[in-house]
Amino acid sequence: MTQLTSLTIAEARVALAKGEFTAQDLTQAHIKAVEAGRGLNAFITETPDLALEKAKESDQRRKAGQVGALEGIPLGIKDLFCTKGVRTTAASHILDGFIPPYESTVTANLAQAGAVSLGKLNLDEFAMGSANITSHFGPVINPWKRKSDPTAQLVPGGSSGGSAAAVAAGLVMGATGTDTGGSIRQPASFCGIVGIKPTYGRCSRWGIVAFASSLDQAGPMARTVRDCAIMLGSMVGHDPKDSTSQPIAVPDFEKALTGDIRGLKVGIPKEYRPDGLSAEIQAVWDKGIAWLKDAGATPVEISLPATKYALATYYIIAPAECSSNLARYDGVRFGLRVEGKSLDEMYANTRAEGFGAEVKRRILIGTYVLSHGYYDAYYIKAQKVRRLIAEDFANAFKTVDVILTPTAPTAAFALGEKTDDPVTMWLNDIFTIPTSMAGLPGLSLPAGLDGEGLPLGLQLIGRPFDEETVLKVADVMEKASGFSIRPKGV
Amino acid sequence: MGYLLQGETGDWEVVIGLEVHAQVTSKSKLFSGAPTLFGGEPNDQVSFVDAGFPGMLPVLNGYCVEQAVRTGLGLNAQINLTSVFARKNYFYADLPQGYQISQYELPIVGEGVLTIDMPDGQTKHIGIERLHLEQDAGKSLHDQHPTKSYIDLNRSGVALMEIVSKPDLRSPEEAGLYIAKLRSILRYLGTCDGNMQEGSLRCDANVSVRPKGSTELRTRCEIKNVNSIKFVQMAIEFEARRHIEIYESGGTIRQETRLFDSVKVETRSMRSKEMAHDYRYFPDPDLLPLVLDPKMVETIKAGLPELPDDKKQRFTVEYGLSPYDAGVLVAEKASAEFFETVAKGRDHKLASNWVSGDFFAALNASGKTIEDPPVSAKNLGELIDLISDGTLSGRLAKDVFALMVGTDKSASILVEEKGLRQVTDTGAIEAAIDQVLAANPDKVAEVMAGKDKLMGWFVGQVMKSTQGKANPAMLNELLAKRFQK
Repeated sequence: MTQLTSLTIAEARVALAKGEFTAQDLTQAHIKAVEAGRGLNAFITETPDLALEKAKESDQRRKAGQVGALEGIPLGIKDLFCTKGVRTTAASHILDGFIPPYESTVTANLAQAGAVSLGKLNLDEFAMGSANITSHFGPVINPWKRKSDPTAQLVPGGSSGGSAAAVAAGLVMGATGTDTGGSIRQPASFCGIVGIKPTYGRCSRWGIVAFASSLDQAGPMARTVRDCAIMLGSMVGHDPKDSTSQPIAVPDFEKALTGDIRGLKVGIPKEYRPDGLSAEIQAVWDKGIAWLKDAGATPVEISLPATKYALATYYIIAPAECSSNLARYDGVRFGLRVEGKSLDEMYANTRAEGFGAEVKRRILIGTYVLSHGYYDAYYIKAQKVRRLIAEDFANAFKTVDVILTPTAPTAAFALGEKTDDPVTMWLNDIFTIPTSMAGLPGLSLPAGLDGEGLPLGLQLIGRPFDEETVLKVADVMEKASGFSIRPKGV
Repeated sequence: MGYLLQGETGDWEVVIGLEVHAQVTSKSKLFSGAPTLFGGEPNDQVSFVDAGFPGMLPVLNGYCVEQAVRTGLGLNAQINLTSVFARKNYFYADLPQGYQISQYELPIVGEGVLTIDMPDGQTKHIGIERLHLEQDAGKSLHDQHPTKSYIDLNRSGVALMEIVSKPDLRSPEEAGLYIAKLRSILRYLGTCDGNMQEGSLRCDANVSVRPKGSTELRTRCEIKNVNSIKFVQMAIEFEARRHIEIYESGGTIRQETRLFDSVKVETRSMRSKEMAHDYRYFPDPDLLPLVLDPKMVETIKAGLPELPDDKKQRFTVEYGLSPYDAGVLVAEKASAEFFETVAKGRDHKLASNWVSGDFFAALNASGKTIEDPPVSAKNLGELIDLISDGTLSGRLAKDVFALMVGTDKSASILVEEKGLRQVTDTGAIEAAIDQVLAANPDKVAEVMAGKDKLMGWFVGQVMKSTQGKANPAMLNELLAKRFQK
């Protein structure tokens, strides 16, 4: 049955419709793969029995002629989405024992489309990290290996590292991710898969454990552009329970994959070529530009001058919101409680033990930048810069239809590397953060391998709510790249 | 010069600003669909949003927004078409999210004005600084267990309007009048039930003092959460005297938050400025800025009821009432309506006297409400008709009214049943006079000798002998005639 785990969602959809195998067969095959892939530590909670039950229901629905867009497709769910009756951890000690009595809108939408969840995927604690090394449940291992040192354990990127690793290794056919500053795109790049962060407001945030509310956005991660388009269509939609969710019609994303990008103008921002950008990244980027030219699109150099402030601005706004969003983890109503002699002591004990170092660091930064006397200098100024970043993009999109950049400045690195200083780690998201700050859709697709045989991703950025163009261009590039290599390191 | 407190060094003026928290009359909470009923078992009106569960998001209750706009318009205030919800961050066990969603830099309602009616008939304008919407916290119960505190989140998320006055109040009396007037307006508008016992209306008072004649604003102290007008007044007076004592003994006032102890009648420090929370306000990223449609504001404006000030003005013009009488009648919308029902087609002054006099006395004594009055407006009106047509004297009417209280019987039925009809038959009154004069020849002699004061005694005696039914005017006239003879 191993071949079942190498199918794309689009392929499985056809085969299920033809009755070549059942949803239960497909789910069973993936449950085996999950068991075999435990070394990656991609899952925090496996739910095989529940998955088989759901697969059985799916087969029954199919027999009754009810076929959803993801009917019988086994997926993994980032453990930041609250799932009714299934433990939800946000990869944090502080949520110990938390079993949500409700289901997030996005996962409810996926279930409604017939998808089968195999369980909850590992991530950086509260989605804060770029290497999936801050999880209370241990790091996730990237299934890709360096040619020069196949024994080195590489990180999958983060924060949706469990999702990226599980998709790349064929444990699941697709996975949900969330992206605040690059948490879908950067791990997609590190693991050689496709991931799209849709426009802010496209997916409901209801039921997703919040990190930075003005930036958080759910999106799909899968092995092909088409699979992402299929998943995205089932995840999005206006939700009255999320005031920032936009009442905008859901297009047929798959229909956008026409293969025809003739006449499209593709922006190439000069600010994304910093000194010291690796030659390999530069080469992949140039290759991507060439594919687009070959397909009839026109590259146009553009300028996004506020880009250089994006990272600094992000590390004010995201921690500020995080410091407030994480105040509810106080030991009073759910999750971990470490007793103390007074209420304040109980808070201090609980939060000291419950949160990891990176989460604490961001709470401290966020508390500081919102404090009396610093608010104007940090938070207000950061909001102003954020507007400039958004204006940069708005100006660029007056002349171009889509923007192409590298996804990350490097390929996957090894566990233990880049951990000496948090800022080095934060630099991973330098190319993805501006998109997040502007709320725009951003997609990462694998464009080639570096000298070590590790995947490198390219990022496509679109106009607000124009995921269709992003997906269309990505689809063309995917075909041009011929990228179909799967990692062997399961 | 109004209210001054005498110190050892001279007279001091009190400067007061009030922050009133008024619970919006709404069936559901400000950001969740959970119900808002008072009472009930602890934690039985709590949604996952109110309890601050992971991934839960606030959704603004449009009804509460309309009530805030309505209140703003009722306070002659500016309505801000764009306002912003902000998070006020602090940790407390009954604050589940770790922040309160409030409004900070851009409140929904800006500056307005409220007019208070002084007992001498003068009015005074008190500035309104702002009105903003915010959610209430839960309640900590510290007396249920020797070492633990219990938390009741039923109130968590309930919509409040915080109405902030300018520091325009100068005495405990003015503060009391301000709260009473604000409460009256809120009840007219139906945006808050004004129930201070149940905590629907709570008050924080900012108090400072300054030497008479000075215009400076000295350091103020905030007295938190006082839940009756009387207590607010007591707290202000205590606090003002405390400030004066400290200043006069050479000390300085520290800005701090204080609590009022209604048993000991004193305020106590709750936390000093140094210990004050840094609330780290910032716009709530879960909520978009609140943008109002000007048409919606216009529609609410067009639907506003007649408010106390306008009604009072109309009562003085239309019914010829004194500003004081009119003020008493309009304080509650229901009593104003009661009065208008009674006054319709009748003598206005008589109606006003009866409503503010015997009727209010009976209302207070019976413990009933104006919605369920001890005597209905219809029955009271009929009683007044009997006075006007001469069936009853004022005095008899009081007796009839006393019999009406608590029964549903009309005045005319009681008059018939008890034979209380006024005697207007000259012959009958004269006969009664004859009897009294005959029984008291010595007193008759005294009157004839010039002791006019005894006339009243004779009136009383005749009244007594007729069980009060003699028409007083006729009696006076006939008795005077008799002595002239």
